[in-house]
Amino acid sequence: MNNGQYLKSDPSLDRPFNHGQWPTSAQGGHMQPVISVRHLDKAYTSGHQALKDINLEIRRGEIFALLGPNGAGKTTLISIICGIVSPTGGEVMVDGHNILSDYRAARAQIGLVPQELFTNTFESVWATVAFSRGLFGKPKNPAYLEQVLRSLSLWDKKDAKIMALSGGMKRRVLIAKALAHEPNILFLDEPTAGVDVDLRRDMWELVRRLREQGVTIILTTHYIEEAEEMADRVGVISKGELILVEDKATLMNKLGKKQLKLQLQTPLSELPGGLTAFQLELCDNGHQLVYTYDTHAEQTGIAELLRALSGHQIDFKDLQSSQSSLEEIFVNLVREKA
Amino acid sequence: MTINLYAIRAIYQFEMARTWRTLLQSIASPVISTSLYFVVFGSAIGSRMVEIDGISYGAFIVPGLIMLSLLTESISNASFGIHMPKFTGTIYEVLSAPVSPLEIVTGFVGAAASKSIILGILILATARLFVPFEIVHPLWMLAFLVLTALTFSLFGFIIGVWADGFDKLQIIPAMIITPLTFLGGSFYSINMLPPLWQQITLFNPVVYLISGFRWAFYGVSDVSVGISLAMTLAFLLVCLLGVWWIFKTGYRLKS
Repeated sequence: MNNGQYLKSDPSLDRPFNHGQWPTSAQGGHMQPVISVRHLDKAYTSGHQALKDINLEIRRGEIFALLGPNGAGKTTLISIICGIVSPTGGEVMVDGHNILSDYRAARAQIGLVPQELFTNTFESVWATVAFSRGLFGKPKNPAYLEQVLRSLSLWDKKDAKIMALSGGMKRRVLIAKALAHEPNILFLDEPTAGVDVDLRRDMWELVRRLREQGVTIILTTHYIEEAEEMADRVGVISKGELILVEDKATLMNKLGKKQLKLQLQTPLSELPGGLTAFQLELCDNGHQLVYTYDTHAEQTGIAELLRALSGHQIDFKDLQSSQSSLEEIFVNLVREKA
Repeated sequence: MTINLYAIRAIYQFEMARTWRTLLQSIASPVISTSLYFVVFGSAIGSRMVEIDGISYGAFIVPGLIMLSLLTESISNASFGIHMPKFTGTIYEVLSAPVSPLEIVTGFVGAAASKSIILGILILATARLFVPFEIVHPLWMLAFLVLTALTFSLFGFIIGVWADGFDKLQIIPAMIITPLTFLGGSFYSINMLPPLWQQITLFNPVVYLISGFRWAFYGVSDVSVGISLAMTLAFLLVCLLGVWWIFKTGYRLKS
Protein backbone atom coordinates (compact mmCIF):
# COMPACT_ATOMS: atom_id res chain seq x y z
CA MET A 1 0.00 0.00 0.00
CA ASN A 2 0.94 3.61 -0.36
CA ASN A 3 2.47 4.22 3.00
CA GLY A 4 2.99 7.60 4.43
CA GLN A 5 0.47 10.04 3.20
CA TYR A 6 -2.91 8.51 3.32
CA LEU A 7 -5.40 10.86 1.69
CA LYS A 8 -3.36 13.83 2.67
CA SER A 9 -1.28 14.64 -0.36
CA ASP A 10 -3.73 17.16 -1.79
CA PRO A 11 -4.07 20.10 0.61
CA SER A 12 -7.55 20.79 -0.65
CA LEU A 13 -8.46 17.34 0.54
CA ASP A 14 -6.91 17.70 3.93
CA ARG A 15 -8.93 16.00 6.63
CA PRO A 16 -11.05 14.11 4.15
CA PHE A 17 -13.25 12.58 6.80
CA ASN A 18 -14.18 15.90 8.28
CA HIS A 19 -17.87 16.14 9.06
CA GLY A 20 -18.12 19.17 11.24
CA GLN A 21 -16.44 18.64 14.55
CA TRP A 22 -13.17 16.86 14.33
CA PRO A 23 -13.11 13.99 16.78
CA THR A 24 -10.30 13.48 19.17
CA SER A 25 -8.53 10.20 19.49
CA ALA A 26 -9.44 7.58 22.01
CA GLN A 27 -6.29 8.22 23.97
CA GLY A 28 -6.71 11.92 24.18
CA GLY A 29 -10.22 12.22 24.26
CA HIS A 30 -13.59 13.07 25.41
CA MET A 31 -15.75 10.09 26.07
CA GLN A 32 -19.02 11.01 24.38
CA PRO A 33 -20.05 7.84 22.57
CA VAL A 34 -20.28 7.99 18.81
CA ILE A 35 -22.42 4.84 18.85
CA SER A 36 -24.78 4.00 21.64
CA VAL A 37 -26.57 0.65 21.73
CA ARG A 38 -29.22 0.17 24.39
CA HIS A 39 -31.10 -3.01 25.23
CA LEU A 40 -30.76 -4.26 21.69
CA ASP A 41 -32.54 -7.51 20.86
CA LYS A 42 -32.76 -9.47 17.66
CA ALA A 43 -34.86 -12.56 17.18
CA TYR A 44 -35.14 -14.02 13.69
CA THR A 45 -38.44 -15.35 12.42
CA SER A 46 -37.00 -18.85 12.82
CA GLY A 47 -37.08 -18.15 16.56
CA HIS A 48 -33.31 -17.89 16.87
CA GLN A 49 -32.39 -15.21 19.39
CA ALA A 50 -29.32 -13.68 17.77
CA LEU A 51 -28.83 -10.80 20.20
CA LYS A 52 -29.95 -10.48 23.79
CA ASP A 53 -30.14 -7.14 25.55
CA ILE A 54 -26.95 -5.71 24.11
CA ASN A 55 -25.72 -2.50 25.73
CA LEU A 56 -22.63 -0.94 24.23
CA GLU A 57 -21.06 2.45 23.77
CA ILE A 58 -18.37 3.06 21.20
CA ARG A 59 -16.13 6.04 21.92
CA ARG A 60 -15.37 8.59 19.28
CA GLY A 61 -12.07 7.95 17.57
CA GLU A 62 -11.31 4.59 19.11
CA ILE A 63 -10.59 1.23 17.58
CA PHE A 64 -13.01 -1.24 19.06
CA ALA A 65 -12.56 -4.94 18.47
CA LEU A 66 -15.58 -7.18 18.74
CA LEU A 67 -14.56 -10.74 19.38
CA GLY A 68 -16.64 -13.84 19.44
CA PRO A 69 -16.91 -17.33 18.03
CA ASN A 70 -18.83 -18.10 14.85
CA GLY A 71 -22.53 -17.42 15.21
CA ALA A 72 -22.05 -15.33 18.34
CA GLY A 73 -23.91 -12.35 16.84
CA LYS A 74 -21.07 -10.08 15.75
CA THR A 75 -22.25 -9.62 12.18
CA THR A 76 -25.88 -9.30 13.29
CA LEU A 77 -24.93 -6.48 15.64
CA ILE A 78 -23.00 -4.67 12.90
CA SER A 79 -25.77 -5.28 10.39
CA ILE A 80 -28.35 -3.73 12.69
CA ILE A 81 -26.26 -0.63 13.33
CA CYS A 82 -25.69 -0.25 9.57
CA GLY A 83 -29.37 -0.72 8.68
CA ILE A 84 -29.15 -4.07 6.91
CA VAL A 85 -30.98 -6.06 9.58
CA SER A 86 -33.99 -4.84 11.55
CA PRO A 87 -33.82 -4.99 15.34
CA THR A 88 -36.67 -6.52 17.30
CA GLY A 89 -36.07 -4.37 20.37
CA GLY A 90 -33.90 -1.68 21.84
CA GLU A 91 -32.36 1.44 20.42
CA VAL A 92 -29.24 2.39 18.51
CA MET A 93 -27.96 5.95 18.17
CA VAL A 94 -25.19 6.91 15.78
CA ASP A 95 -23.66 10.28 16.55
CA GLY A 96 -26.93 11.25 18.22
CA HIS A 97 -29.12 10.01 15.39
CA ASN A 98 -31.57 7.16 15.84
CA ILE A 99 -30.84 4.49 13.22
CA LEU A 100 -34.54 4.00 12.49
CA SER A 101 -36.21 7.40 12.80
CA ASP A 102 -33.20 9.39 11.57
CA TYR A 103 -31.59 6.77 9.38
CA ARG A 104 -30.26 9.16 6.76
CA ALA A 105 -28.09 11.11 9.17
CA ALA A 106 -27.05 7.93 10.99
CA ARG A 107 -26.09 5.94 7.90
CA ALA A 108 -24.27 8.85 6.26
CA GLN A 109 -21.68 8.58 9.05
CA ILE A 110 -20.94 4.92 8.47
CA GLY A 111 -18.81 2.96 6.06
CA LEU A 112 -19.08 -0.81 6.06
CA VAL A 113 -16.64 -3.41 4.80
CA PRO A 114 -18.58 -6.67 4.82
CA GLN A 115 -17.13 -10.02 5.71
CA GLU A 116 -17.97 -11.64 2.38
CA LEU A 117 -16.46 -10.43 -0.89
CA PHE A 118 -19.68 -8.91 -2.21
CA THR A 119 -18.67 -7.19 -5.45
CA ASN A 120 -20.18 -6.10 -8.72
CA THR A 121 -18.23 -8.59 -10.76
CA PHE A 122 -18.71 -7.00 -14.15
CA GLU A 123 -18.02 -3.41 -13.11
CA SER A 124 -14.74 -1.57 -13.13
CA VAL A 125 -13.11 -0.57 -9.87
CA TRP A 126 -13.67 3.11 -10.59
CA ALA A 127 -17.34 2.66 -11.47
CA THR A 128 -18.13 0.70 -8.34
CA VAL A 129 -16.34 3.15 -6.05
CA ALA A 130 -17.99 6.14 -7.74
CA PHE A 131 -21.33 4.36 -7.32
CA SER A 132 -20.76 4.02 -3.60
CA ARG A 133 -20.01 7.71 -3.22
CA GLY A 134 -23.18 8.69 -5.07
CA LEU A 135 -25.28 6.20 -3.17
CA PHE A 136 -24.29 7.87 0.08
CA GLY A 137 -25.39 11.23 -1.22
CA LYS A 138 -22.02 12.74 -2.01
CA PRO A 139 -21.30 14.79 -5.14
CA LYS A 140 -18.64 13.51 -7.53
CA ASN A 141 -15.09 14.06 -6.38
CA PRO A 142 -12.64 12.29 -8.68
CA ALA A 143 -9.63 13.74 -6.85
CA TYR A 144 -10.74 12.26 -3.54
CA LEU A 145 -11.54 8.88 -5.07
CA GLU A 146 -8.17 8.87 -6.75
CA GLN A 147 -6.53 9.37 -3.38
CA VAL A 148 -8.54 6.57 -1.84
CA LEU A 149 -7.59 4.21 -4.66
CA ARG A 150 -3.95 5.25 -4.53
CA SER A 151 -3.82 4.74 -0.79
CA LEU A 152 -5.09 1.20 -1.29
CA SER A 153 -2.74 0.50 -4.20
CA LEU A 154 -5.73 0.24 -6.49
CA TRP A 155 -5.11 3.18 -8.77
CA ASP A 156 -3.41 1.04 -11.42
CA LYS A 157 -6.45 -1.21 -11.40
CA LYS A 158 -9.08 1.51 -11.60
CA ASP A 159 -10.26 0.46 -15.06
CA ALA A 160 -9.98 -3.26 -14.40
CA LYS A 161 -13.10 -5.34 -14.10
CA ILE A 162 -13.55 -6.55 -10.55
CA MET A 163 -13.81 -10.16 -11.69
CA ALA A 164 -10.22 -9.91 -12.92
CA LEU A 165 -8.91 -9.02 -9.46
CA SER A 166 -7.47 -11.34 -6.84
CA GLY A 167 -9.24 -11.93 -3.56
CA GLY A 168 -6.94 -9.53 -1.76
CA MET A 169 -7.56 -6.82 -4.34
CA LYS A 170 -11.31 -7.35 -4.08
CA ARG A 171 -11.01 -6.85 -0.33
CA ARG A 172 -9.26 -3.54 -1.00
CA VAL A 173 -12.05 -2.56 -3.39
CA LEU A 174 -14.56 -3.14 -0.62
CA ILE A 175 -12.55 -0.91 1.67
CA ALA A 176 -12.35 1.76 -1.04
CA LYS A 177 -16.13 1.59 -1.46
CA ALA A 178 -16.62 1.97 2.28
CA LEU A 179 -14.32 4.99 2.34
CA ALA A 180 -15.74 6.57 -0.82
CA HIS A 181 -18.22 8.75 1.07
CA GLU A 182 -15.77 9.92 3.72
CA PRO A 183 -17.32 8.16 6.73
CA ASN A 184 -16.65 9.07 10.35
CA ILE A 185 -17.23 5.51 11.46
CA LEU A 186 -15.86 2.45 9.72
CA PHE A 187 -17.06 -1.09 10.34
CA LEU A 188 -14.67 -3.81 9.31
CA ASP A 189 -16.31 -7.20 9.52
CA GLU A 190 -13.52 -9.77 9.52
CA PRO A 191 -11.36 -7.50 7.33
CA THR A 192 -8.42 -9.84 7.06
CA ALA A 193 -10.23 -13.14 6.71
CA GLY A 194 -8.53 -15.14 4.00
CA VAL A 195 -5.92 -12.54 3.12
CA ASP A 196 -2.19 -13.08 3.16
CA VAL A 197 0.11 -11.82 5.87
CA ASP A 198 1.37 -8.84 3.84
CA LEU A 199 -2.09 -7.57 3.10
CA ARG A 200 -3.08 -8.09 6.71
CA ARG A 201 -0.20 -5.90 7.83
CA ASP A 202 -1.13 -3.32 5.19
CA MET A 203 -4.68 -3.24 6.48
CA TRP A 204 -3.55 -2.79 10.04
CA GLU A 205 -1.48 0.14 8.85
CA LEU A 206 -4.46 1.56 6.99
CA VAL A 207 -6.65 1.23 10.06
CA ARG A 208 -4.10 3.08 12.15
CA ARG A 209 -3.87 5.89 9.63
CA LEU A 210 -7.64 6.18 9.51
CA ARG A 211 -7.78 6.37 13.27
CA GLU A 212 -5.15 9.09 13.24
CA GLN A 213 -7.50 11.04 11.03
CA GLY A 214 -10.28 10.67 13.55
CA VAL A 215 -12.25 7.79 12.11
CA THR A 216 -13.84 5.52 14.68
CA ILE A 217 -13.21 1.91 13.77
CA ILE A 218 -15.14 -1.13 14.86
CA LEU A 219 -13.77 -4.42 13.72
CA THR A 220 -14.78 -7.97 14.22
CA THR A 221 -12.15 -10.57 13.90
CA HIS A 222 -11.25 -14.16 14.48
CA TYR A 223 -7.62 -13.20 14.65
CA ILE A 224 -7.06 -12.30 18.25
CA GLU A 225 -3.62 -11.00 17.36
CA GLU A 226 -5.42 -8.42 15.24
CA ALA A 227 -7.34 -7.12 18.23
CA GLU A 228 -4.28 -7.36 20.39
CA GLU A 229 -2.27 -5.41 17.86
CA MET A 230 -4.70 -2.63 17.15
CA ALA A 231 -7.68 -2.29 19.46
CA ASP A 232 -8.10 0.29 22.19
CA ARG A 233 -10.99 -1.64 23.66
CA VAL A 234 -12.32 -5.14 23.27
CA GLY A 235 -15.83 -6.49 23.45
CA VAL A 236 -16.53 -10.18 23.68
CA ILE A 237 -19.83 -11.49 22.44
CA SER A 238 -21.00 -15.04 22.93
CA LYS A 239 -24.35 -16.61 22.13
CA GLY A 240 -25.86 -13.21 21.46
CA GLU A 241 -24.76 -11.69 24.74
CA LEU A 242 -22.08 -9.11 25.25
CA ILE A 243 -20.18 -10.73 28.06
CA LEU A 244 -17.41 -8.22 28.42
CA VAL A 245 -16.30 -4.76 27.29
CA GLU A 246 -12.95 -3.61 28.53
CA ASP A 247 -9.88 -1.58 27.65
CA LYS A 248 -7.54 -4.02 26.01
CA ALA A 249 -4.67 -3.23 28.33
CA THR A 250 -6.88 -3.44 31.42
CA LEU A 251 -8.32 -6.69 30.21
CA MET A 252 -4.97 -8.24 29.65
CA ASN A 253 -3.81 -6.93 32.97
CA LYS A 254 -6.86 -8.10 34.80
CA LEU A 255 -7.29 -11.47 33.26
CA GLY A 256 -3.82 -12.13 31.96
CA LYS A 257 -1.94 -14.80 33.80
CA LYS A 258 1.76 -15.11 33.74
CA GLN A 259 3.56 -18.40 33.59
CA LEU A 260 7.06 -19.41 34.49
CA LYS A 261 8.32 -22.47 32.65
CA LEU A 262 11.29 -24.34 34.01
CA GLN A 263 13.18 -26.93 31.94
CA LEU A 264 14.38 -29.51 34.43
CA GLN A 265 17.80 -31.13 34.40
CA THR A 266 16.32 -34.43 35.48
CA PRO A 267 12.72 -35.38 34.73
CA LEU A 268 10.31 -35.86 37.61
CA SER A 269 7.75 -38.64 37.82
CA GLU A 270 5.63 -36.63 40.24
CA LEU A 271 5.70 -33.41 42.21
CA PRO A 272 7.35 -33.66 45.59
CA GLY A 273 4.89 -33.15 48.45
CA GLY A 274 6.55 -29.94 49.57
CA LEU A 275 5.73 -28.21 46.29
CA THR A 276 1.98 -28.78 46.26
CA ALA A 277 1.41 -25.35 47.83
CA PHE A 278 2.49 -23.78 44.54
CA GLN A 279 0.29 -23.72 41.46
CA LEU A 280 2.54 -26.06 39.56
CA GLU A 281 1.98 -28.37 36.65
CA LEU A 282 4.30 -31.07 35.46
CA CYS A 283 4.51 -31.18 31.67
CA ASP A 284 6.52 -32.67 28.84
CA ASN A 285 6.87 -36.11 30.47
CA GLY A 286 8.25 -34.59 33.62
CA HIS A 287 10.84 -32.44 31.84
CA GLN A 288 9.03 -29.15 32.41
CA LEU A 289 7.50 -27.43 35.41
CA VAL A 290 4.93 -24.73 34.70
CA TYR A 291 4.18 -22.25 37.45
CA THR A 292 1.14 -20.00 36.98
CA TYR A 293 0.96 -16.83 39.04
CA ASP A 294 -0.99 -13.64 39.37
CA THR A 295 0.88 -10.61 38.10
CA HIS A 296 -1.05 -8.34 40.45
CA ALA A 297 -0.49 -10.29 43.62
CA GLU A 298 1.73 -8.67 46.22
CA GLN A 299 4.11 -11.57 46.00
CA THR A 300 4.46 -13.54 42.79
CA GLY A 301 5.88 -16.45 44.76
CA ILE A 302 8.74 -16.95 42.34
CA ALA A 303 11.44 -16.47 44.93
CA GLU A 304 9.77 -18.94 47.30
CA LEU A 305 9.34 -21.43 44.50
CA LEU A 306 12.97 -21.24 43.49
CA ARG A 307 14.03 -21.69 47.11
CA ALA A 308 11.69 -24.66 47.47
CA LEU A 309 13.06 -26.24 44.31
CA SER A 310 16.56 -25.80 45.58
CA GLY A 311 15.51 -27.38 48.87
CA HIS A 312 14.26 -30.41 47.00
CA GLN A 313 17.47 -30.56 44.91
CA ILE A 314 15.53 -29.96 41.75
CA ASP A 315 17.81 -28.30 39.22
CA PHE A 316 16.71 -26.61 36.07
CA LYS A 317 18.67 -25.76 32.96
CA ASP A 318 16.45 -23.04 31.52
CA LEU A 319 13.55 -20.84 32.50
CA GLN A 320 11.12 -18.70 30.57
CA SER A 321 8.22 -16.47 31.58
CA SER A 322 5.22 -15.64 29.39
CA GLN A 323 1.96 -13.73 29.68
CA SER A 324 -1.32 -15.17 28.41
CA SER A 325 -2.42 -13.68 25.12
CA LEU A 326 -5.75 -12.09 24.36
CA GLU A 327 -6.62 -15.28 22.56
CA GLU A 328 -6.24 -17.32 25.71
CA ILE A 329 -8.26 -14.76 27.64
CA PHE A 330 -10.95 -14.87 25.00
CA VAL A 331 -11.08 -18.66 24.89
CA ASN A 332 -11.33 -18.81 28.67
CA LEU A 333 -14.12 -16.23 28.74
CA VAL A 334 -16.17 -18.00 26.12
CA ARG A 335 -15.55 -21.35 27.77
CA GLU A 336 -16.69 -20.00 31.12
CA LYS A 337 -19.84 -18.66 29.47
CA ALA A 338 -20.56 -21.99 27.83
CA MET B 1 -37.97 16.47 3.17
CA THR B 2 -34.59 16.09 1.51
CA ILE B 3 -34.15 13.79 -1.42
CA ASN B 4 -30.89 11.95 -2.04
CA LEU B 5 -30.68 12.82 -5.71
CA TYR B 6 -27.09 11.63 -5.90
CA ALA B 7 -28.22 8.17 -4.85
CA ILE B 8 -31.04 8.08 -7.38
CA ARG B 9 -28.62 9.13 -10.09
CA ALA B 10 -26.01 6.61 -8.95
CA ILE B 11 -28.46 3.70 -9.05
CA TYR B 12 -29.98 4.88 -12.33
CA GLN B 13 -26.62 5.33 -14.06
CA PHE B 14 -25.32 2.05 -12.66
CA GLU B 15 -28.31 0.20 -14.08
CA MET B 16 -28.20 2.00 -17.42
CA ALA B 17 -24.48 1.23 -17.69
CA ARG B 18 -25.41 -2.44 -17.65
CA THR B 19 -27.70 -1.84 -20.63
CA TRP B 20 -24.99 -0.16 -22.66
CA ARG B 21 -22.55 -2.87 -21.66
CA THR B 22 -24.91 -5.58 -22.88
CA LEU B 23 -26.33 -3.72 -25.83
CA LEU B 24 -26.83 -6.78 -28.00
CA GLN B 25 -28.76 -8.65 -25.34
CA SER B 26 -30.64 -5.67 -23.88
CA ILE B 27 -31.69 -3.79 -26.99
CA ALA B 28 -30.67 -5.43 -30.26
CA SER B 29 -32.01 -8.88 -29.48
CA PRO B 30 -35.62 -7.89 -28.61
CA VAL B 31 -35.73 -5.39 -31.47
CA ILE B 32 -34.63 -8.03 -33.98
CA SER B 33 -36.93 -10.76 -32.68
CA THR B 34 -39.96 -8.43 -32.66
CA SER B 35 -39.07 -7.14 -36.11
CA LEU B 36 -39.34 -10.68 -37.43
CA TYR B 37 -43.08 -10.55 -36.68
CA PHE B 38 -43.38 -7.44 -38.82
CA VAL B 39 -41.41 -9.07 -41.62
CA VAL B 40 -43.54 -12.22 -41.53
CA PHE B 41 -47.00 -10.85 -40.68
CA GLY B 42 -46.53 -7.40 -42.16
CA SER B 43 -44.56 -7.71 -45.34
CA ALA B 44 -44.66 -11.43 -46.18
CA ILE B 45 -48.17 -12.74 -45.43
CA GLY B 46 -49.82 -9.57 -44.12
CA SER B 47 -51.03 -8.60 -47.59
CA ARG B 48 -53.00 -11.86 -47.79
CA MET B 49 -54.74 -11.25 -44.45
CA VAL B 50 -58.03 -9.37 -44.20
CA GLU B 51 -58.11 -5.93 -42.68
CA ILE B 52 -59.34 -5.60 -39.07
CA ASP B 53 -61.42 -2.51 -38.19
CA GLY B 54 -60.24 -1.02 -41.45
CA ILE B 55 -56.57 -1.43 -40.55
CA SER B 56 -54.15 -3.57 -42.55
CA TYR B 57 -53.13 -6.66 -40.63
CA GLY B 58 -49.46 -5.71 -40.54
CA ALA B 59 -50.29 -2.33 -38.98
CA PHE B 60 -52.92 -3.87 -36.66
CA ILE B 61 -50.38 -6.04 -34.85
CA VAL B 62 -47.85 -3.23 -34.28
CA PRO B 63 -49.29 -1.93 -30.97
CA GLY B 64 -49.76 -5.43 -29.59
CA LEU B 65 -46.24 -6.50 -30.43
CA ILE B 66 -44.72 -3.34 -28.99
CA MET B 67 -46.79 -3.96 -25.87
CA LEU B 68 -45.54 -7.58 -25.72
CA SER B 69 -41.91 -6.39 -25.74
CA LEU B 70 -42.67 -3.56 -23.36
CA LEU B 71 -44.26 -5.86 -20.77
CA THR B 72 -41.71 -8.65 -20.91
CA GLU B 73 -38.69 -6.35 -21.07
CA SER B 74 -39.94 -4.08 -18.27
CA ILE B 75 -40.41 -7.06 -16.00
CA SER B 76 -37.16 -8.63 -17.07
CA ASN B 77 -35.09 -5.44 -16.68
CA ALA B 78 -36.45 -4.48 -13.29
CA SER B 79 -36.48 -7.97 -11.83
CA PHE B 80 -32.90 -8.62 -12.91
CA GLY B 81 -31.82 -5.18 -11.70
CA ILE B 82 -32.84 -5.80 -8.09
CA HIS B 83 -32.32 -9.55 -8.07
CA MET B 84 -28.68 -9.36 -9.17
CA PRO B 85 -27.49 -7.40 -6.09
CA LYS B 86 -29.55 -9.72 -3.92
CA PHE B 87 -27.91 -12.71 -5.56
CA THR B 88 -24.36 -11.34 -5.39
CA GLY B 89 -24.84 -9.85 -1.93
CA THR B 90 -24.06 -6.29 -3.03
CA ILE B 91 -27.55 -5.29 -1.86
CA TYR B 92 -25.90 -4.70 1.54
CA GLU B 93 -24.63 -1.39 0.24
CA VAL B 94 -28.03 -0.14 -0.88
CA LEU B 95 -29.61 -1.21 2.40
CA SER B 96 -26.93 0.50 4.47
CA ALA B 97 -26.95 3.73 2.47
CA PRO B 98 -28.86 6.86 3.48
CA VAL B 99 -31.52 6.27 0.85
CA SER B 100 -35.27 6.00 1.23
CA PRO B 101 -37.31 3.20 -0.33
CA LEU B 102 -38.74 5.75 -2.76
CA GLU B 103 -35.25 6.71 -3.92
CA ILE B 104 -34.21 3.07 -4.32
CA VAL B 105 -37.31 2.29 -6.37
CA THR B 106 -36.96 5.45 -8.43
CA GLY B 107 -33.41 4.49 -9.35
CA PHE B 108 -34.02 0.84 -10.18
CA VAL B 109 -37.49 1.16 -11.70
CA GLY B 110 -36.64 4.39 -13.48
CA ALA B 111 -33.72 2.71 -15.23
CA ALA B 112 -35.75 -0.39 -16.12
CA ALA B 113 -38.60 1.71 -17.48
CA SER B 114 -36.17 3.91 -19.44
CA LYS B 115 -34.71 0.86 -21.13
CA SER B 116 -38.16 -0.43 -22.02
CA ILE B 117 -39.24 2.92 -23.41
CA ILE B 118 -36.08 3.16 -25.54
CA LEU B 119 -36.77 -0.38 -26.71
CA GLY B 120 -40.41 0.39 -27.48
CA ILE B 121 -39.48 3.43 -29.54
CA LEU B 122 -36.83 1.46 -31.42
CA ILE B 123 -39.33 -1.31 -32.20
CA LEU B 124 -41.82 1.30 -33.32
CA ALA B 125 -39.26 2.84 -35.66
CA THR B 126 -38.23 -0.57 -36.96
CA ALA B 127 -41.87 -1.57 -37.56
CA ARG B 128 -42.34 1.54 -39.66
CA LEU B 129 -39.66 0.23 -42.02
CA PHE B 130 -41.78 -2.83 -42.84
CA VAL B 131 -45.35 -1.68 -42.26
CA PRO B 132 -46.96 1.62 -43.23
CA PHE B 133 -49.03 3.21 -40.41
CA GLU B 134 -49.85 6.57 -38.87
CA ILE B 135 -50.31 7.38 -35.19
CA VAL B 136 -53.57 9.22 -34.52
CA HIS B 137 -52.90 10.20 -30.91
CA PRO B 138 -49.09 10.37 -30.54
CA LEU B 139 -49.16 11.94 -27.06
CA TRP B 140 -51.56 9.31 -25.76
CA MET B 141 -49.41 6.65 -27.40
CA LEU B 142 -46.41 8.03 -25.49
CA ALA B 143 -48.46 8.25 -22.29
CA PHE B 144 -49.53 4.59 -22.54
CA LEU B 145 -45.96 3.61 -23.40
CA VAL B 146 -44.50 5.36 -20.34
CA LEU B 147 -47.30 4.30 -18.00
CA THR B 148 -47.07 0.66 -19.03
CA ALA B 149 -43.27 0.61 -18.85
CA LEU B 150 -43.40 2.14 -15.38
CA THR B 151 -46.14 -0.15 -14.10
CA PHE B 152 -44.55 -3.36 -15.32
CA SER B 153 -41.11 -2.28 -14.18
CA LEU B 154 -42.61 -1.91 -10.71
CA PHE B 155 -44.12 -5.36 -11.16
CA GLY B 156 -40.70 -6.65 -12.22
CA PHE B 157 -39.12 -5.08 -9.14
CA ILE B 158 -41.56 -7.03 -6.98
CA ILE B 159 -40.74 -10.25 -8.84
CA GLY B 160 -37.02 -9.57 -8.47
CA VAL B 161 -37.39 -9.21 -4.72
CA TRP B 162 -39.67 -12.24 -4.48
CA ALA B 163 -37.57 -14.60 -6.63
CA ASP B 164 -35.06 -16.73 -4.79
CA GLY B 165 -33.32 -17.85 -7.96
CA PHE B 166 -32.74 -16.73 -11.53
CA ASP B 167 -35.09 -19.41 -12.86
CA LYS B 168 -38.01 -17.77 -11.07
CA LEU B 169 -37.27 -14.46 -12.77
CA GLN B 170 -38.31 -16.04 -16.05
CA ILE B 171 -41.44 -17.77 -14.78
CA ILE B 172 -43.78 -14.78 -14.72
CA PRO B 173 -42.77 -13.27 -18.11
CA ALA B 174 -42.66 -16.63 -19.88
CA MET B 175 -45.55 -18.46 -18.22
CA ILE B 176 -47.97 -15.62 -17.59
CA ILE B 177 -47.20 -12.37 -19.41
CA THR B 178 -46.42 -13.80 -22.85
CA PRO B 179 -49.53 -16.05 -22.98
CA LEU B 180 -51.74 -13.24 -21.68
CA THR B 181 -50.34 -10.89 -24.34
CA PHE B 182 -50.79 -13.40 -27.15
CA LEU B 183 -54.35 -14.09 -25.95
CA GLY B 184 -55.02 -10.44 -25.16
CA GLY B 185 -55.60 -9.23 -28.69
CA SER B 186 -52.08 -8.71 -29.99
CA PHE B 187 -52.85 -10.55 -33.22
CA TYR B 188 -56.62 -10.16 -33.39
CA SER B 189 -59.51 -8.05 -32.22
CA ILE B 190 -61.37 -9.68 -29.36
CA ASN B 191 -64.58 -8.84 -31.28
CA MET B 192 -63.52 -11.66 -33.62
CA LEU B 193 -63.94 -14.20 -30.79
CA PRO B 194 -67.16 -16.08 -29.95
CA PRO B 195 -69.24 -14.18 -27.34
CA LEU B 196 -68.30 -16.49 -24.46
CA TRP B 197 -64.57 -16.11 -25.15
CA GLN B 198 -65.03 -12.37 -25.47
CA GLN B 199 -66.38 -12.34 -21.91
CA ILE B 200 -63.58 -14.58 -20.65
CA THR B 201 -60.94 -12.48 -22.39
CA LEU B 202 -62.11 -9.40 -20.49
CA PHE B 203 -60.58 -10.98 -17.36
CA ASN B 204 -57.21 -10.71 -19.06
CA PRO B 205 -55.71 -7.38 -17.89
CA VAL B 206 -53.40 -7.19 -20.90
CA VAL B 207 -56.46 -6.75 -23.15
CA TYR B 208 -56.95 -3.28 -21.70
CA LEU B 209 -53.33 -2.31 -22.22
CA ILE B 210 -53.27 -3.43 -25.84
CA SER B 211 -56.68 -1.96 -26.57
CA GLY B 212 -55.76 1.43 -25.15
CA PHE B 213 -52.42 1.43 -26.93
CA ARG B 214 -54.04 0.48 -30.22
CA TRP B 215 -56.60 3.25 -29.77
CA ALA B 216 -53.71 5.74 -29.45
CA PHE B 217 -52.39 4.44 -32.78
CA TYR B 218 -55.52 4.07 -34.88
CA GLY B 219 -58.43 5.50 -32.88
CA VAL B 220 -60.13 2.07 -32.64
CA SER B 221 -60.27 -0.14 -29.57
CA ASP B 222 -61.81 -3.33 -28.24
CA VAL B 223 -62.80 -1.68 -24.96
CA SER B 224 -63.34 1.94 -24.02
CA VAL B 225 -60.07 3.88 -23.76
CA GLY B 226 -61.20 5.28 -20.40
CA ILE B 227 -61.46 1.74 -19.03
CA SER B 228 -58.04 0.92 -20.50
CA LEU B 229 -56.50 3.90 -18.76
CA ALA B 230 -58.29 3.13 -15.50
CA MET B 231 -57.10 -0.49 -15.58
CA THR B 232 -53.51 0.58 -16.25
CA LEU B 233 -53.62 3.07 -13.39
CA ALA B 234 -55.25 0.48 -11.13
CA PHE B 235 -52.44 -1.99 -11.84
CA LEU B 236 -49.90 0.77 -11.24
CA LEU B 237 -51.51 1.40 -7.86
CA VAL B 238 -51.44 -2.29 -6.99
CA CYS B 239 -47.75 -2.47 -7.87
CA LEU B 240 -46.99 0.66 -5.84
CA LEU B 241 -48.77 -0.89 -2.86
CA GLY B 242 -46.78 -4.08 -3.36
CA VAL B 243 -43.48 -2.21 -3.35
CA TRP B 244 -44.57 -0.15 -0.33
CA TRP B 245 -45.37 -3.37 1.53
CA ILE B 246 -41.98 -4.87 0.63
CA PHE B 247 -40.12 -1.95 2.15
CA LYS B 248 -42.45 -1.70 5.13
CA THR B 249 -41.96 -5.33 6.05
CA GLY B 250 -38.47 -5.79 4.62
CA TYR B 251 -39.82 -8.82 2.75
CA ARG B 252 -36.85 -10.78 1.37
CA LEU B 253 -34.67 -7.70 1.62
CA LYS B 254 -34.07 -7.39 5.34
CA SER B 255 -34.09 -10.12 7.91
